[in-house]
Amino acid sequence: MSTDLPVLTANDFTSDQDVRWCPGCGDYSILAQMKKILPTLGIPPHQTVFISGIGCSSRFPYYVNTYGLHSIHGRAPAFATGLKMTRPELSVWVITGDGDALSIGGNHFIHLMRRNVDLNIILFNNSIYGLTKGQYSPTSPLGKVTKSTPMGSLDFPLNPISVALAAEATFVARSVDTNIKHLGEVLLRAARHKGTSFVEVYQNCNVFNDGAWDYAKDKAVREENTIELEHGKPLVFAGGKKGIRLNGFEPEIVNLDGRVSQDDLLFHDERAHSPTLAYLLSRMRYPEFPEPIGVFRAVERPTYDYLVNHQIEQARVQRGVGDLQKFLAAGDTWTVT
Amino acid sequence: MSSTSTSPELMEFLDSSKPRQAISGVTVRLVGDSGDGMQLLGTQLTNVSALAGNDVATFPDFPAEIRAPRGTRAGVSGYQVHFASEEIFTPGDGLDALVAMNPAALVTNIGDLKPAGYLILNRDSFDAKDLKLAKLDQDPRQGDRLKPYHVIEVPMTTLTRTAVEGTGLSVKEADQCKNFFAMGLVFWLYGRDYRPTLRFIEAKFKHLPAVAEANRRALTAGWNYGETTEHFASTYQVAPARLQLGTYKNVMGNQALAWGLMAAAELSGKELFVGAYPITPASDVLHELSRYKHFGVRTFQAEDEIAAVCSAIGVSFGGGMGVTVSSGPGIALKTEGMGLAVMLELPLLVLNIQRGGPSTGLPTKTEQADLLMAMFGRNGEAPLPIIAARSPADCFDAAIEAWRIATRLMTPVVLLSDGYIANGAEPWRIPDLSKLPKIEIRHPAAQSSGEPFRPYLRDEYLSRPWAVPGTSGLMHRIGGLEKEDVTGNISYDPKNHQHMVNTRAQKVANASQLIDPVQVTGDDSGLLVLSWGGTYGACYTATVRARAQGKRVGHAHLRWLNPFPANLGEILKRYQRVLIPELNTGQLRFLIDAKFRTGAIGLNKVQGKPFTVSELVDEILRLA
Repeated sequence: MSTDLPVLTANDFTSDQDVRWCPGCGDYSILAQMKKILPTLGIPPHQTVFISGIGCSSRFPYYVNTYGLHSIHGRAPAFATGLKMTRPELSVWVITGDGDALSIGGNHFIHLMRRNVDLNIILFNNSIYGLTKGQYSPTSPLGKVTKSTPMGSLDFPLNPISVALAAEATFVARSVDTNIKHLGEVLLRAARHKGTSFVEVYQNCNVFNDGAWDYAKDKAVREENTIELEHGKPLVFAGGKKGIRLNGFEPEIVNLDGRVSQDDLLFHDERAHSPTLAYLLSRMRYPEFPEPIGVFRAVERPTYDYLVNHQIEQARVQRGVGDLQKFLAAGDTWTVT
Repeated sequence: MSSTSTSPELMEFLDSSKPRQAISGVTVRLVGDSGDGMQLLGTQLTNVSALAGNDVATFPDFPAEIRAPRGTRAGVSGYQVHFASEEIFTPGDGLDALVAMNPAALVTNIGDLKPAGYLILNRDSFDAKDLKLAKLDQDPRQGDRLKPYHVIEVPMTTLTRTAVEGTGLSVKEADQCKNFFAMGLVFWLYGRDYRPTLRFIEAKFKHLPAVAEANRRALTAGWNYGETTEHFASTYQVAPARLQLGTYKNVMGNQALAWGLMAAAELSGKELFVGAYPITPASDVLHELSRYKHFGVRTFQAEDEIAAVCSAIGVSFGGGMGVTVSSGPGIALKTEGMGLAVMLELPLLVLNIQRGGPSTGLPTKTEQADLLMAMFGRNGEAPLPIIAARSPADCFDAAIEAWRIATRLMTPVVLLSDGYIANGAEPWRIPDLSKLPKIEIRHPAAQSSGEPFRPYLRDEYLSRPWAVPGTSGLMHRIGGLEKEDVTGNISYDPKNHQHMVNTRAQKVANASQLIDPVQVTGDDSGLLVLSWGGTYGACYTATVRARAQGKRVGHAHLRWLNPFPANLGEILKRYQRVLIPELNTGQLRFLIDAKFRTGAIGLNKVQGKPFTVSELVDEILRLA
């Protein structure tokens, strides 16, 4: 970076629009962390694009002073893919929610990740439909009583991290809206990853699903109920008192009471070629297990936008830059004189 | 051509030694099983006829199944070629010659053969099993049914097997060469130069020299059969047509559409992006464009139709040329995305290669029944310009014009083609690109004033600026929510919404100032035949014929369906009656009547087939 570039601050990424989320919404915290990390990336606002679908989270682009596209329900990954294929130099963020990404946009969500388009997709998971006022979502627990499910929901919930891994995502992470230090670090990691970076953020909807993530947010219990993943480190939680050990193919909680040492624990390897370990971690859910937060997987694979543009370059090397007049006049022709 | 030494007689084009009879034009239909290679035969006949300088129009007609049950009526695949020494606009009504490779092909097509026309049959495919597959109790060759025709039965399978003996092909492979035998015979009958086809064989079977050799031999054998058999007393000669001066090549509609998009990209200084999901009959546009990466063409086979249109909008947002191509069922899925593009006011091309509907309908058959979907098929008040190509070659110009309007007015544009145009072929005069008007696009430049950028500030046509991400100082947010005019900020203000709905409508209406007025050919009073899209050729030809029979008839063809050309209302008033022939139940008539209260008369056909000229002439004569 040349020295005459102005130093950017969160203010440079703040738009002139009033933020209209409900007071107390977890989205505010995510927006604040985002505005904190954006100036540190070395990318000016005009090179940054936020694209969203529909839902509370999808209002996000209006609140950052970058280029923004508030699109249609579930389709943000498709807009972003087209943009990135033709403008690979832009820094692209997709903001989505549990309904937007996993229900109406499920198809685009998985195809974005298998292609490994170089962008960041942040899923604000509040396990409820907020903007339509409180119906169950694809991540709501079984039996959830909502306006559309008075006797409880019957749809088995999806696990976003498991879905992302199954869809061949190269970067998969989870954080929590109010765990601001952790969230900022995860967003920064996502921004720096080359390829599709998927981040699930546990986000509280204080109007329609208040407290859904208390077990992971509440300072009194979160150390007991979550486990911070660190590459190359053993899986330790509860302030170092407990850990996760592998028993065959299954994880188990063990007390680090002297009989079991940290060396016996499962060590995290976010760079493992196989997504098997990451998948196993994604299946650890509260209350049976502490839920992992942090980076599940971070591997390298050529990005889709690179490959597309590389083919264009290759074709030009092999066949020369196309000359349309010559091309149209080629082949079997005849002349009327 | 190293391996051609085995058939030296074909290295130069030998004219027949039989007498030649000059004729002005011929319509030939080639029909067989869908695996018989009839489409290949048809495209070759088209190509050599075009290269002979004839005007050409074609009509391929094939089943939706890739390999329908062999020998059945459902599996019959056909290709009709009309070539002439005068300018022609349709693939022809009645057939001068019918080549039928099996009984099913014979019985499903014989009705279109003119009396005394040539009926060329493969005698080897009329055994009891073939008849049973075609659900025939009796051999159709028996009795009087074929009496009106000049029937020539050729043991094509046997002769082909003999011809390719020694090439090492199995019997099954040898039998697959019989379309080239039929081709040789048809080429001989109409004095067609077979050398372009030899070049085609050489290129297509480059890696299969035995197959190339067998096909060459089958072609020769067919040609020689015509020369030696006593079935034919003479060959027919169709002189070159007097077309507009220039250099021509033969194009199919989808090909011309693809090239037109490439030309539009070049004329506007953009790189072309096409998002598509495979669908008949639109996929060939995707296939064709995927080959031109060295032109900077990016094709994206999306996960579904919705992603296809949305990716294209993403490209347009980024300042690129966003295009999506599909057919009816796919367009239905794209409607929400198209509505967003209306709201975003971004340029976008949505190409609809119409096919028979509703629902899955008739995937390989033609229809014009998506006009009202293009017009109204979105939620809310979401008008957009609609243009329709009229013929295969015209797809090239239509694509350029569509992009010109899309960028000038910052709007999505729907371009309607159809299965008939998409797969049909005709000569196309190769344009001089340097003489085509440039498509001027001005993106606003970076600003450092610190003032917020105003994305919905409008120009004299009510078009808004196309500010491109990456430009400093122009950061802005757009979306599907209603926006305040000028600033683009979200607005729920009642009066602003009214203003924006009116403004978007007026902007689209303003296209009428940017498009050509409609032209009338023929009489300026009496009956007006008003057509749009792929029925152009049949309507034009029918009005010429009706006038030749002393009727007062004019013809007007609409290129833009929304908005209508500014002079249309005034033209309609000149005529006592207006006839609108359409391959639907009256969609243009609905729009014309709604706007002009003309009481137009419809001629409506929904049989998956284009109009014949004669059915149009009959109706015109009845009304004029």
